Parts: sequence; C-alpha cells; structure tokens
Amino acid sequence: MSERPSTMATEAEGDCHAEWRRAAADPAPPVDLAEVRGRLAASRGPRFWRGLEEVAQTPEFEEVLHREFPRFASEWPAGVSRRNFLRLSAASLGLAGLTACTRQPIERIVPYVRQPEEILPGRPLFFATAALSGGYATGVLAESHEGRPTKLEGNPEHPASLGATDAITQASVLNLYDPDRSQSVLNLGRIASWESLVGALGAAMSAQSAKEGAGLRLLTGPVTGPTEAALVAQILADYPRARWHRWDPLGADNARRGLAAAFGAPHAARFDLARAEVVVAIDADLFYAGPAAVRYVRDFTARRKVEPGAAAMNRLYVAEATPSVTGTMADHRLAARPSALPGLVAALAAQLGVAGAVAPAGLDERAARFAAAAARDLAARRGRSLVVAGETLPPAAHALVAAINDALGNAGETVVYSEPVEVDPVDGRASLAELATALRAGEVDLLIVSGVNPVYDAPADLDFAAALNREETLRFHHGLWVDETAELCQWHLPATHELESWADARAYDGTVTLVQPLIEPLYGGKSAIELWAALAGRTATTGYELLQEHWQQTPLAEGSFEDAFRQALHDGLVAGTSLPALMPALDADAAAAAARELAGAVPATGFELAIRPDPCVLDGRHANNGWLQELPKPITRLTWDNALMLAPRTAERLGVHNEELVTVTAGGRSVTAPAWILPGLPEDVATLHLGYGRRRAGRVGDGLGVAAAALQTTAAPWNLAGVELVRAGGSHPLACTQGHYAIRGWLQEETTEAERRHLVRAASFEEFRANPAFAAEAEHEGVDPNASLMPGHDYGDGYAWGMTIDLSACNGCNACMVACQSENNIPVIGKEQVRRGREMHWIRVDRYFQGELDEPAAIVNQPVPCMQCEQAPCEVVCPVAATVHSDEGLNDMVYNRCVGTRYCANNCPYKVRRFNFLLYQDWETPQLKLQRNPDVSVRSRGVMEKCTYCVQRINRARIAAEREGRKIVDGEVRTACQQACPADAIVFGDLNDARSRVVAAKASPRNYALLAELGTRPRTTYLAMVKNPNPELAG
Amino acid sequence: MSVADLPQSSHHAPPVLAPGHGPATITDKISSVVFGRMPLWFYVGMLIAFGGVMMLLGALTKLVFEGIGIWGNNQPVGWGFDIINFVWWIGIGHAGTLISAILLLLRQEWRTSINRFAEAMTLFAVACAVIYPLFHTGRPWLAAYWLLPYPNTMGMWPNFRSPLIWDVFAVSTYGSVSLLFWYIGLIPDLAALRDKAVKAWQQRVYGIFSLGWRNSARHWHNYESAYLLLAGLSTPLVLSVHSVVSFDFASGQIPGWHATIFPPYFVAGAVFAGFAMVLTLVIPLRRFFGLEDFITTRHLDNMGRVMLLTGLIVAYGYAMELFTAWYSGNLYEMYMVKNRLTGPYAAIYASLILCNVLAIQPLWFERFRRSVVALWIISMFVNFGMWFERFIIIPTSLHRDFLPGAWDMYTPTRWDFATFFGTIGLFLALMFLFVRVLPAIAMFEMKTLTPEAKIKEGAH
Repeated sequence: MSERPSTMATEAEGDCHAEWRRAAADPAPPVDLAEVRGRLAASRGPRFWRGLEEVAQTPEFEEVLHREFPRFASEWPAGVSRRNFLRLSAASLGLAGLTACTRQPIERIVPYVRQPEEILPGRPLFFATAALSGGYATGVLAESHEGRPTKLEGNPEHPASLGATDAITQASVLNLYDPDRSQSVLNLGRIASWESLVGALGAAMSAQSAKEGAGLRLLTGPVTGPTEAALVAQILADYPRARWHRWDPLGADNARRGLAAAFGAPHAARFDLARAEVVVAIDADLFYAGPAAVRYVRDFTARRKVEPGAAAMNRLYVAEATPSVTGTMADHRLAARPSALPGLVAALAAQLGVAGAVAPAGLDERAARFAAAAARDLAARRGRSLVVAGETLPPAAHALVAAINDALGNAGETVVYSEPVEVDPVDGRASLAELATALRAGEVDLLIVSGVNPVYDAPADLDFAAALNREETLRFHHGLWVDETAELCQWHLPATHELESWADARAYDGTVTLVQPLIEPLYGGKSAIELWAALAGRTATTGYELLQEHWQQTPLAEGSFEDAFRQALHDGLVAGTSLPALMPALDADAAAAAARELAGAVPATGFELAIRPDPCVLDGRHANNGWLQELPKPITRLTWDNALMLAPRTAERLGVHNEELVTVTAGGRSVTAPAWILPGLPEDVATLHLGYGRRRAGRVGDGLGVAAAALQTTAAPWNLAGVELVRAGGSHPLACTQGHYAIRGWLQEETTEAERRHLVRAASFEEFRANPAFAAEAEHEGVDPNASLMPGHDYGDGYAWGMTIDLSACNGCNACMVACQSENNIPVIGKEQVRRGREMHWIRVDRYFQGELDEPAAIVNQPVPCMQCEQAPCEVVCPVAATVHSDEGLNDMVYNRCVGTRYCANNCPYKVRRFNFLLYQDWETPQLKLQRNPDVSVRSRGVMEKCTYCVQRINRARIAAEREGRKIVDGEVRTACQQACPADAIVFGDLNDARSRVVAAKASPRNYALLAELGTRPRTTYLAMVKNPNPELAG
Repeated sequence: MSVADLPQSSHHAPPVLAPGHGPATITDKISSVVFGRMPLWFYVGMLIAFGGVMMLLGALTKLVFEGIGIWGNNQPVGWGFDIINFVWWIGIGHAGTLISAILLLLRQEWRTSINRFAEAMTLFAVACAVIYPLFHTGRPWLAAYWLLPYPNTMGMWPNFRSPLIWDVFAVSTYGSVSLLFWYIGLIPDLAALRDKAVKAWQQRVYGIFSLGWRNSARHWHNYESAYLLLAGLSTPLVLSVHSVVSFDFASGQIPGWHATIFPPYFVAGAVFAGFAMVLTLVIPLRRFFGLEDFITTRHLDNMGRVMLLTGLIVAYGYAMELFTAWYSGNLYEMYMVKNRLTGPYAAIYASLILCNVLAIQPLWFERFRRSVVALWIISMFVNFGMWFERFIIIPTSLHRDFLPGAWDMYTPTRWDFATFFGTIGLFLALMFLFVRVLPAIAMFEMKTLTPEAKIKEGAH
C-alpha cells in the first residue's frame, strides 16, 4: 500500500478487517455478562451497542474501536507490508525494467443502443443548476461529460455568481462522489429499505395526527426554496402543534435580530458594492463568507482595477479580530480585540451624529483614530458609502449599523432591505435550544433531522447529544453522511447531493434558482422535498414532480408553464424574482438603545478567544472533502487542521512556539489545540476555527484538529472573554504550505526578502496617479530582460497565449486553486505529504506580510501559476525533452516522456512545478474516477506536472474554431482559474490578437513580470497593486 | 639498512619502496594477500559491508516499489541526498584516474604502489555514483535508456542542451575508460597470479582474465603502448567529468548554482575528496596487510601535499563564492550567501569550513603529513567536509531561492540514509572483494622500483 490520501475504500476496509480478525484471535478475557446486563439496565434511552464488549467497555473493545477508527485516518501508515516487501525483494532490481509492461484490464465496449439526445462523446454539456450553502443558492453551470458532472462553473446570468464561484462551490462536486457518503437507509445501524422507513415514519406520523402533531419536531437548516417551504408548511398545517426548528451554526442570527430591532421586522439586507465608494466592514468577512460574497467581490473589485486617468477609487476600512480575506483587501485594516469592536461601531455612530449615539469610553487611541477617519470619509460620501457589521458582532451593533447607514442615506442606495430571503426566519440558536429543552422534557415523540448535524456543531451548553439520545423520541436523520447526529438516530436516510436532486432555492437577493440533477443518485437517497412529500402524504413522490407541481400553482412567467419552466431550467433562475427593495422606517429609539448598549460595553481585559468558521470546511460540513482539507487556508496557509492562532507577541509572552499544544479554557470548558503564530491578530486574542474534531465525517475528515464548538455557548458563540491559555506540553504537527518555521527567523526573513525583491509591487492611488509607471521603476537596474543569446520563438500569425493577474483585485480567496484542482485532476496527497512540502496545486497563492510582523501594514496575496516563460529555464535542462515549447508559446509537459529527474523543477525560478513523488492519484476508487476530467491526463507516479494554461480548453476551442473556419475569438478560452475568479483578476488570451483583453491588460502601466531580471520573459504577468489609503491615516 | 637507520631529516624524502625488496619478495608479499588465509577481521568487515549491500538492495527495492517519495526530496528541493551522494561518489572517484594517468604521464614513480588501489576505488565509487542518477528519477525503468541517444520509432532524441545528457556521456565515458585502464594494468599481474596459483580453478579463472599473457617482449611492448594511450585518454577525463557534473549546477540559474567558478572548483574538490578517500582506505590497508614497505610515508606525504593544494583551491572557491555574491550586488546571490552563513543550515556550512578549510591546515607541516594517525583523521574530516559541501550546494541553494513564498526545508528520511549507507556498504564490499581476489598493488610495476631495475636502467 503506497502513501496516499485516505479517499480509498478498499484498502482501508482491508486494514480494519485485519484488525478485527487479529482482535478476535487474541484471547480476550471473557465478558462479564452480569455486569453487561447491569449496565444495559442502568442506561437510559435506547442505546445501540456493537457488541457485548462495548457495553462491558473492555479495554480490548476500546482498542479495536480505536484501531477501526484511527484518529489520524488520513495518515494511514504507508509502508510496505513485510509480505509485499519480501515478495518484491525476491524479484531482482533488474526486473524493474519490466514494470513498464503492465497489462491493461479487459474492457468491453458497449455502444449506445439509443443515442441520447445532444450527447456527443468527448463534448461536455453544461447545465444550469445551483450550489447551495446555508440554504442560499449560487447559480452554477455544471459540466457534464457523458452524464458525469465533473466541474462547476459560475452561471454568468445568476446574480450571486456572475460567472464566478468560490472555492467551496468548486469543491462541492467532490462531495457528490465522496465514497464515504451514506449509501443506504439504516435502521439501528442495519441496512433497511426506503419502504420500511416510510412505513415506520407513517406509523409514527399517524400516531401524531391524533395529537395534532404535538410530539412532532422537524429540524432543518435555513430554507429558502419555495417548494420545500410549501411542503413544510403543509406538514405544519396538517399537524398544527408540530414545530419546525431551524439550526445553522453559521446562520445570520445576530444580523437578523439586530435588523428586527432596528426596523421592527426581520428584514434582510443586501449590499450594492458597485455603488459604494467607502466601505467600512467591522469583523465582516464580506468577500469570503455568506451567500453573496462572490457577487460582492465582483462589484467591489470592478472599482479597484484602476488605470491612469481614473478619477477615483473606492476605499475599504476593515476592523477585525482575525485576519480575513476581506482584511487583505483593506486600505486600512485595524486589528482589534473582539470586545472592542462594538465600541468601534458606537464610536462611528457618535462621530456620524446618529441620534442617541454616544462615544464609548474604552476605545484605544488607534481605534479612535481609525473610527474618526472612517467616519469623516463616510460622511463625505453620503449615499455612496456603506457600513457592514459581521455576524460575530452583537445584535445591537447590527441595529446601530442600520442606523448609521440610515443616517448616511445609504439605505436604498448601497444597502438594500427586503423581505427575508429565508422562509420563516428564526434565531437558529434559540430554536435549537428550544428543541433541546423540549427533548429533555420528553415532549418530542418524533424528530426528523434533515441536513444538519447538531450533535457535532451545537453550542456546548446545550449538550445536544445527551438531549437527543432519549428513549421516548423516535429520531429520523436525513443527510449526506452518517454523521455524529445520524449515529444517535434510529433511522437514517441518505440525502441526495445538489447535482442529484430537483429543488429550488433563493439566492441572496431572493432570485429563485432551480436545482436540476445531472446524474441519477449514486447511492439512492432522497432529497429534502421528497422526504417532506412522504411526510405530507403527497402522491407526487419524485423531486421533479414536486417541483413541477409547485410551480404550476405558482406561475413562473407569462405564457405556458412548460415554456416558462424550460426557460427557467435553461437559465438556472427565474428572472425577476429578486425580492423588491423596501424602505423600512428606522426605529430611532431602538437605535439609540443599541447605541447606549454598545457605548457602555467595556472592552475585556486578559485573553479573548475568537471562534470563527473555517475558511475551507466552514462549520465542519465539508470536513470530508479532500480538496478543501488540502486547500491552504487563506492567510495562514495551513491545511488539514485547525490551530489556535496567536499574534507573535502574545505567543512570545506565553512562551509558545508553533505547533505547541495550548489548552484554552473558557467558561469552564476547555480544548487543547496546537498553536500557530499569525501576524495580524490583535494582541491577547486567540482564534480557533470551527469545523474540526469530527468523529464521523468520513475517512478524510475524521480525527483532524479539535472541535471549537466545544467552547461555544448559545449566548457567546463567537467571542469569548476571560479565556485562559495554558501550555499543555507536547506538540501536534501542522501542515502549512508557506512559512513553516520560527516566526522571527523564517517569517521575518520571508517578509523582508519579498519586499526587497519587489515581488508584489504596490502603490497608493495618489502615488499611482502621480507616477503610473511605478511598477516598472521597481525593476532591478541594469538588466535587460529581453537580452538573450538564444534565438526567439516565432509565432507568426498564430496564437501566442498570455495571462495577467491583477493584484489590485486578488484577495487570496483560493477559488482559482480549487477550480484548477477540479479541472486538471490534481490529486489530494494527505497531511503527511503536505508537511513534506509536496503539495500538488498548480496554482498557489503566496501570502506576504508587509511591514512589522507585530503590526503588519498589509497582508498581500500573489497567485502563482506557471509563468509559461518565453525563455523557459525548465525546457533547457530536461534531458529527455519532456517539457517543450509549443508553437503557441506554452511550456508543454509531455507526461509520457517524463522520467522524473526533477531538474526542471529545480531550475524553475517560480517553483511552480509539481512532482508525483508517490502514486498520489487514486486509481482505484470508482466514484472518484467519475469526477475526473476526461480531457486531462491522470498523472501517475514519477512524473512532473504543472499548469498548462488549461491547454485542453484551448484545444477544445481550437477544434470548434477550425470547424467553423475562423480563429479563436477573445474570451472563447477561459482558464479554470480565470473562470472561477470572483474578482475577475485573471485575464487570459491571445497576445497576437491586438484587440484581446490580455493585450490591453499588458499595456497597462501597472503590468510587470515577476523576476523579469532573470530573462525568462514570463507570459504570465502581474498588474501591480494599487490601494487607496486615507491620507489622514498615513504614517 | 632499514628505514629506521636512515637519518630522519625533514628534507630527506623516504623511499617509495622500502629497501631490501627484490622481484621475488614483492610478488610473494603481494600475492600472499590473494592466496593466503584471510584474518578474522576481514570476514567481519566483509560481513558488515555485505549488510550494507543488502540494505541498499532493500532501500532500492522499496524505492522502485513506492517512488522517490520515500526520500525527503520535495518542492522546492528536488534534489537532496540523491545528487549530493552522486557528486560525492563521483568526486571520490577522481583520485584513481589522476594517480594513474596524470602522474604516470608526469613520471611520478611514487604513484606505482597506490595506483591499482586508487583505480579500483575509482571504479567502485563510480559504480556507487551511477546508482543515484538512475534510481533518483521518478521512473527509473524508462530513465535507464531514454537518456541514451538511440534511434527509435518515436524519432525522439534526448535533449542535447541538458547538462544531464552531458552527464550521461561524461560519466559513462569515465566509467568505461577507467575500467579499461584498470583492467589493462591488471593483465601482467593476473598472469603472475595465474602462474602462482595452486588450485586449478584459480589457475583457470586468472588464466582467462590474463588473456594469454606470456610475458614476452612483444606483449610488453603492446602493453606499454596501450597503457600509455589509455593514460593519455584518461587525462582529459579527470578534468572533464567533474567539470560536466558541475555544469548540472552552473548552467542552472538558481543562486548558489549559477557560477562560472564551478568547473575548476569542482575538479579540485573531486581530487581533494579522492585523495582523502585513498588515504582513508590505504592507511588501514597497509597496516593490516603489512604493506608498509610498499606504501611508505613518502606516499602518504605526497598525498598529503596534494590534499593541501586542492584543499586550498577549494577554499579559494568558497572565498570566491562569497566575494562574487557581494561584488555582483545581486540580491539573490547575496541572500544565498547570507542564508548559507546564518540560515537554517548554517551549522552545515560551519562544519564544511571546519572540515575542508581548517582541518587541512596541519598539512603544511611535514610532521603531520608523515603521521599516519593525523593523516587518517584529516582525511576523514575531508570525506565529511566534501559531503557537507555538496549538501550546501544542493539543498541549501534550492530550499530558499527566488520566491520566498515557495521556500521550504529539506529533511532527509531514514530511507535516504539507508541508501547512502548502503552505497558505502557496496563500496566497501567491492573493496574487500578486490583486495581478496586481485593484487591491490601493481606487482610488476613495483618491480621497476627495485634496485635491480634501477641498475639496468642506469646501464642502459
């Protein structure tokens, strides 16, 4: 068994069985039956036990359990087994030459008996559908190869996407093929049928109908889909005393409560960043989190890509407790303690003269300056400014921010209020707490949990697992995985992935978005609406029928239903369904009360803990997604783990090094996590990401990191004060792709050198206006980058591909990295290999801090794909000519020819080449094979690989163009990274086409080449970063 | 008169052959190692070395089975122990050709007693060296022949611009010429062994390999011409092989590699390393087999001088690297130097300077050059030092190159060490076999150093 990520079924099971056998063979002390009986009698509620040994809690069973569910499932010992090793040793090394002669498995070719409509083998089809996050839809186009969805692209017509996607949406296609998804209906852990489930459910429901559903509870995530809402509404109508609880650990509860207080109704707010000239974001990760982040990035960055002659540029102020993607975009970033942020809102309000607002007392000098400057800037741009508060701020701050926006005249301009997008919005934490209380009180006879995992992610004070695990409650779980919650439910029903289901949902602005399946459910499974339909006793049982039924009653558009439905399916959305803007009247008293509350809040002293959603796995819902686990988290560049992040000074004061275990105690609860030193954090603040410490995520996600949810409470889910940090002794290795070692040595050196080398060239807007050519002037002197003894390449009137990456727009969100991974069949290699420094991403995002590490002036991101050098250092040194210059200027990698000397990688100054040190690609798991892009070779062990500028897409466009007797037109080929980029920072095209966007971009004075002085003449160039700091805050 | 009776003057060089030896005693003494019984330590040593060979086979089997990911190489450090050890072994192989060819042409008669041994060492070192470039590739079963220019249906030729292709030619030429040179030099002695052998199978085996040598004047005439020709052929190879190996780095553009000083600096380093290894092996050998009469302090002294000279050239190379980096004003070069001196691998750079620059300074004094113990200790310093030098050149240059965002550390794994110690085992095992079955000292050439030979020469 070779070293490989843990996304492989067969070998893992083999291992477990071997352990079981071994355990069985060992003479174990007999189980004391009397004791077991005693324990069973003493236990309350139905308990499921896997064997008498478990009840007896013998050490042998614990051992087997431990082995079967190893803590570090992703790091199975790779090694050769003794047997295999001897077997192979027996063959002499001379036989190595024969290994090339592998036999191909026999495959029988069966032609289509009936050719499906529109399917041409080799030509992908794109279907409009949606990716759902927290119930909200982002329109996507799913690429289908002969019936297999392989990749998601943004839907250019969809308001939440505009053609782009975020990293998580890109990765969601992998969830579809996750071999660990639940594959059958389970009853008490045994395989059961859908019919038996419906039978059991029906019996329980008919018992409920007698008591009008008094004992019936539904628990779901937020719902925006009209069809689902109607079905649930019907159930609630049929069972009037039934209750519908909603739970989303990342839900916008505080914002909702704040707006409800400010306006007297739970309005939803959405922002128009295209019109905002000054934006102040207070702990709001506007450009990464939430259902509209992709759209916000596009709107905001459209005004960042300044060219000479630009009169104005937008400005972003960010005050935050933890460095975020939004923070890296900021023109002014204030690192502030979480408890100081409400005061900052109050200070802003006071400065802006919001009625009833008073300046807070405990604001420190830096924050006060920041607030004063931001306030003056905001006031100068009434109606063209925007203040946003993050979900981690208390409801009062949201109410006061609404008042500030109101005072600034932003309501209806940059802030658009509407009816709530979610159906019947509730406070998730309160709703879950209510359910827990009801469960404890024994009021719940039948609980149906769909798509949420409260046993893992509920606030610790609810002790939801104990509340749930009660004898009197019959529990059904519906979800993609047999997770921690499913484990405690008698029944489990596999859910369908979005790409397997019919559904509808609303986007952040309310636009109704249709979800259509691209593939039959891989493992059976039912969608949520199918489950509700069964509950409601509907005759229509398939998602398609249910969707049609609903929309027939609620006409989509003028004209025939069929046409409208087809049009909506084709577009992926129902045009004109965004929720109309409202102009709610501000309740001035409520705002004043909020202002008083915030002004009175005194910043905490001592350590504070900020708990934040993980940028990759969020609250743990994507824990079993290898792409996201291996995706270096923005800013920290950590993979496969969460860590307790500390500012350099804080760590030094505590005497804590990277990877050293630290115990965090808050409110009597504690977790022990490895430390990670992160510049940009405020002092005395520790940050821990959610989403780790999963026990039942699957083979990828089990046992990684620690569960931050164990510290959350319903009252304080995000920010905890009065926290104790104690060195726990020992350490836990972390896999970071950048800056692996001691902070003062490595990171300081990295920071200084990056600055000296002018890798990321930046200027303020004022400087840029005065001197647009600042980027070129940063070039090292006395070097002619075009000087060469070698003759140049002649591209004639053919194509010459090139790319620019706009650093003004890039915020380091990683969408390009996952898009590339998905498009180009890039393997997941596992934590151990990442620690060895062998990550495979073809495009990486380099992160540099600027200035002092204790108070970085900025955090910048620089995506680095292959530069496709004109004079490529890699090409010269390959002994077997496996990397060669194409006649369109690409550095082609010929995998078949590569013998793996790695000389090319050594000689690459950009270090973008990636080597298959081991057999990283999973060649066995059938589900994962389905995901692969058939247009891209699946690389085997021992070959080099790297960014190809998505040459398969170029070729597809070329074939299309040649068939039509024309040249490829600009914009016809979009690389995967370019297509996914929410900021539209990447421009790709033909350098020989004078009218192409890329030629225009390269003509910008901001254009510069990385390491131009080496004479490599890279085809990928950068547009220098321009920021727009407030002169008032300079110095 | 024995050596002890000679006036011990530092200006008086000891003889290259101790007095009292004639043709018969030379043959007896040297062939007794081949035909005599081996002492216990020989078998113990052989067993340990053979254990190393098994470890090498095990490590390489695992390597072919799983991939070079079992080593510590990563991005950005694509080359680690594999190329460090390749260059190290190739360097060690340099003394042989230098002693055999260049010193022969320069008529340095003191070379006679050590040339056979040094040549054997060269061959074995090259054998150990070539294991690395072959097995370090991702797909050795293809690398084994795709790097060779052969006509094929794909119409593919290797990329002649790549220094690795130059390596293939340089190393294979060097290996084959060294083998021929060594073998031709062995023929008269093989015939002597054939004639002295008692057992029939020994007579037959030595007979086959002595190619019908009958000691005739005509044979000697042909032999001398062939040997001289091969010596002429080998001479440029001494300079070319390591120059070409240095091109692997010098023609790359990584700071710390991209330097014009590399070819001479590498050649000097190779000779330095080669002589150190000869001393390391020859000092115990002459002690254990009682060959002090043939390998005298004169040899040791001369080898010490060569080591000092080449060591100083290498030290000059280090100084020039620092100077060039500063003088060029190149940001990356300057950082490379800074990183070597103060970065995470600074301890290795310090060890390098200690071993290769400071430790050889006693060689200025004859007292140390003639002290067996001092020489052996210094030679061990140099063996280590030259390994450190390659470590500094390869991983230390790669791990922090142009873009700080791509920096990383290199940590070898136990499989790196297993392979390295395995090749040392292979080298020693071959050495043990060599001294057991072949005359470690060229008997016939030693005879030319006897007084009888001198008299005839003088009467001529």
